[in-house]
Amino acid sequence: MEPAERVDQNYELSLKEFPYIVRWRDDRCTRCGRCTAVCPVSAIEPTVQVQRTVTSEGTAPKPAAQRRLVHVVRQVRDIDRYCTGCGTCTLVCPNTAIEPEYNPQHKFLFHKNRGGAAYRRGGRRNDPQPSTVDQLKFVRISMLTDPALDAGRHEFRIRTYLGRNLPAEKLPLEVKRGRLARDEEAFIPPVREIYPIRIGSMSVGALSPHMWEGLAMGVAYLNEVEGMPVVMCTGEGGIPPRLLKSRFAKYFILQIASGYFGWDEIVHAIPEMTEDPAGIEIKYGQGAKPGDGGLLMAYKVLKLIARIRGVPEYVDLASPPTHQTKYSIEEAIAKMIQSMSMAWGFRVPVYPKISGTTTAQAVLNNAVRNPYAAALCIDGEDGGTGAAYNVSMDKMGHPIASNIRDCYLDLVKQGKQNELPLIAAGGMGKNGSLAANAAAMIMLGASAVDSGKYIMQATAQCFGDEYNRCNLCNTGRCPRGITTQDPRLYRRLDPDMVAERLVEVFKAADMELRKIFAPMGRSTELPIGMSDGLGCANREIAERLKIKHVV
Amino acid sequence: MCRLSAITAETYFSPMENIHALDTMKEGHDGSGLGLVLRDLGGEFEGLKRYPVLSGICSHEGMERVDDYMSRRGFTEVFSWEPEIDPDFTPETGLRDHYCAKVYDYPREAKRLPKREKEDLLMQVRLELRAMGESDESIFVFSFYPDVITLKEVGDPMAVARYFNLERSGLEARTIFAQGRQNTNYAIYLYACHPFFIQGYCTMTNGENTAFVPIREFLGGRGFPGYTGYNSDSEVFTHILHYVHRQLGYPLRYYKDVITPLKAEEMEKRRDREALLLLKRSLRPLCIDGPNCVIGFIPDGTTFMVQDAKKLRPGVVGGYPGKYALMSEECGLDRAIPDRDRSRDFSPMKYDMAVVTPRAKEMKVWNQLSA
Repeated sequence: MEPAERVDQNYELSLKEFPYIVRWRDDRCTRCGRCTAVCPVSAIEPTVQVQRTVTSEGTAPKPAAQRRLVHVVRQVRDIDRYCTGCGTCTLVCPNTAIEPEYNPQHKFLFHKNRGGAAYRRGGRRNDPQPSTVDQLKFVRISMLTDPALDAGRHEFRIRTYLGRNLPAEKLPLEVKRGRLARDEEAFIPPVREIYPIRIGSMSVGALSPHMWEGLAMGVAYLNEVEGMPVVMCTGEGGIPPRLLKSRFAKYFILQIASGYFGWDEIVHAIPEMTEDPAGIEIKYGQGAKPGDGGLLMAYKVLKLIARIRGVPEYVDLASPPTHQTKYSIEEAIAKMIQSMSMAWGFRVPVYPKISGTTTAQAVLNNAVRNPYAAALCIDGEDGGTGAAYNVSMDKMGHPIASNIRDCYLDLVKQGKQNELPLIAAGGMGKNGSLAANAAAMIMLGASAVDSGKYIMQATAQCFGDEYNRCNLCNTGRCPRGITTQDPRLYRRLDPDMVAERLVEVFKAADMELRKIFAPMGRSTELPIGMSDGLGCANREIAERLKIKHVV
Repeated sequence: MCRLSAITAETYFSPMENIHALDTMKEGHDGSGLGLVLRDLGGEFEGLKRYPVLSGICSHEGMERVDDYMSRRGFTEVFSWEPEIDPDFTPETGLRDHYCAKVYDYPREAKRLPKREKEDLLMQVRLELRAMGESDESIFVFSFYPDVITLKEVGDPMAVARYFNLERSGLEARTIFAQGRQNTNYAIYLYACHPFFIQGYCTMTNGENTAFVPIREFLGGRGFPGYTGYNSDSEVFTHILHYVHRQLGYPLRYYKDVITPLKAEEMEKRRDREALLLLKRSLRPLCIDGPNCVIGFIPDGTTFMVQDAKKLRPGVVGGYPGKYALMSEECGLDRAIPDRDRSRDFSPMKYDMAVVTPRAKEMKVWNQLSA
């Protein structure tokens, strides 16, 4: 019997309140201590227990009780040290003796606000249901009316444009001796031909040096060896000056956000840059934390990051929710886009990124009227982040599918769907179908898609999932070494393997895109807006997106 | 798959030449329709070349409305032609009251308008007439343009030709396009029947247009009232031709560059590569992926054949100076011009555009890759 005073200890939670319950097997455990040493949140600890055993021996046995101390691994019941389910313990256990198990009855959010601090985390919106994009099918399969292409043998050109395409009526062309000639003096907005799946914005500070290096190497390999013009966005906070001044800068989109971190260094490096960047992304919003600015916690602001961002070490870097120099939307679009364009002599596409919102069409229509806006990137509610309030991630934002579709159809009404490319972000590859999600968004009207979380999961085995597994990106204690600046942790990640996996991921996605496009007979240009090829079994989704309802 | 039969010649000829050619290609069409467009008219129309011809099908009541409308708009009827219908044949769609080709003189205030404005007026009239009779199918108007007649009806081409009594109609022209329709995607409907015509531009196509929706949406956003209809996914090919050549003012060869754009590295050899790159980006939604063979003519009488860049529907051009035929099948060409030098037949491939100059003076082949 437990003593009576143990019963009313309501300051202590039962394990049933926790999202993950650690299953530890006494009979398998060798007490090596690796699990408790590696746990990023100290959710388990080695401790001792008194065990009472009763033995009966001899011809006239008389039960004899014995008490002995045994070493055990125990899950703590402190909400601040909750088991995140990351499973690093399982990974290091030599004897399969320990494993966290998801507890669907947990009451985690009832308790994770101790000290009045709202729960903050990294990761994604925790919604394991299939996303709208995942429910879309490709229903137009040509066989007899139109012979399907062969994804393996036909030549495919899976490319898109980042930049503003002038309407043909405004092209500075004239007919000279039966041929079209371009007026060399006239301004043509810069346009890049890129691969339609981009690596979404993840900053050097949010990612570890090894992760960033791995992705950058992979991007360079894809461009220079595989001939796939994949580009990657830096996120807020700049990139190492050596990379900026290198010939590889052309594969990166530099992001400027409301904190302007890193931009003093970038501006000073411009005269020494040998290549123009692929683009400039002005971040006004982010799908994972709509209404919030970027956030890099102090324990990730180590020396390298502080140098790149131009800030002191070990301070929280909280970007404001909006650009402080902004007075109005017109001014924001005009001033920021033109300032950035001017910095590179109007040779680089500059475009805004916003979080998915019901006001997206207002932003779109403003961008359409600005001749220097090169695109509009919309980051839906399924976007990921390194750090945000849980409420922002789980409950705020707009699904990407209808947001992009509405914007595209708005452009169609104006006849400008080819002028301003739409880039869809947030939840691309959420359930593993990166290429299918990308193709569906393209057929709804996007010119390109961004992917971040899928890339982290596929290239660096990020533990995160839709059940709030791990999601420690904000703490600097990423057990995989992906989102940490702690050398002891990021040494776990081999940058070469990240690069190799990135190349594999893109090559596989490329084949899947061909497989989707081939039976639709599309190979030369992307099927942007080819919504007649999409169907959905859910009538409401089909009607909302103006696609076929198929059952 | 539809069968296509285009003939262009220095002298006038009967549309029966096209129909007989179509008949040899019968395996390829299911007799679900015949479309005929005649330009540069002879016979009774030879002296009326400067007057617009309204071609269509009307019920009695529809015809009264057309007459009333045209009179209100100030158009005066100069000449009217109707085929002598074979009373023993009934089209699948039922008996029609009138097939007409009515020649009008312009309203007084329009007589001195520039050519483009006259064309816009004619198109506006055509669209308004179409809107008046579309819901109850009392009025079908296929073209309203000088020196052009369009005839369309559902049924086997030979049967329809007999029904129209084309053999003895005296109808003739220097360029005639005929299409034997193979119905696939859509219900049989006259407005879905090729060839399509707009302001002197005409095309007919075989194969399915896989990129129909984005092309339709792009054309719909050009603010040009004639870019409408689209009962067939192939109508956009006519409108792309019109848009590229008339609206943008580009030479005909750029039609090929727009519908099947070159890759950036392929453009390097072209002297106009900078312009091509801009075209490719700005007209990206007009790229077709086929499978299509497009045969068309433009207002000056130039006739051409192009293919998509990949799946290549069959198509062959052959003949001799003075008469050329552009057919979807070699057997159709043999029937149309049996005495030609067959070794000079040309089947355009992915980069080619075969062009027959006005009045069939010569056939030129232009290759996209050539400088």
